[in-house]
Amino acid sequence: MADNGDDGANVSEPLDLVRLLIDEFVFVKLRGDRELKGRLHAYDSHCNLVLGEVEETIYVVEDEDDETDELKTVNRKSEMLFVRGDSVVLISPYSGA
Amino acid sequence: MENGTAQGDGKDPSGFLSQIIGAPVTVKLNSGVVYKGELQSVDGYMNIALEKTEEYVNGSKRRTYGDAFVRGNNVMYISAD
Repeated sequence: MADNGDDGANVSEPLDLVRLLIDEFVFVKLRGDRELKGRLHAYDSHCNLVLGEVEETIYVVEDEDDETDELKTVNRKSEMLFVRGDSVVLISPYSGA
Repeated sequence: MENGTAQGDGKDPSGFLSQIIGAPVTVKLNSGVVYKGELQSVDGYMNIALEKTEEYVNGSKRRTYGDAFVRGNNVMYISAD
């Protein structure tokens, strides 16, 4: 069944993928058009996360007076962040850091 | 114990899911976002691990992920392509 040798060796349940990302930079998609990039320090089965060196990106649609909706992003940084699992949508290794 | 015989033979929903492990799938979330990729694994919460994933928002491709973990509560459906 498992055909790959090294890092995918024992990925039998989805959270194993997250386990392999500990201490790595991850991309996290959250509810409410928010994204996080940061180093994954800890996680649990609820997808509660502890992230370090975090950059948060928030996508906001601004209602302009001339009826053009402008898509804007807001960025903020945090040294350490605890994320409650219920707002997590997707977790992936961050490529590009 | 009443569901003992139905497990894994494709006669129940989780049997279907274990049958399509490794296959290309489409996963739609409640938000409308669609992920297309290879199904690595699923668990009882319907958490999903996908490989070679493409993300589609409003029908247009937004991003690709080598590996992606999707939290089960967001899932609307999983379809074998």
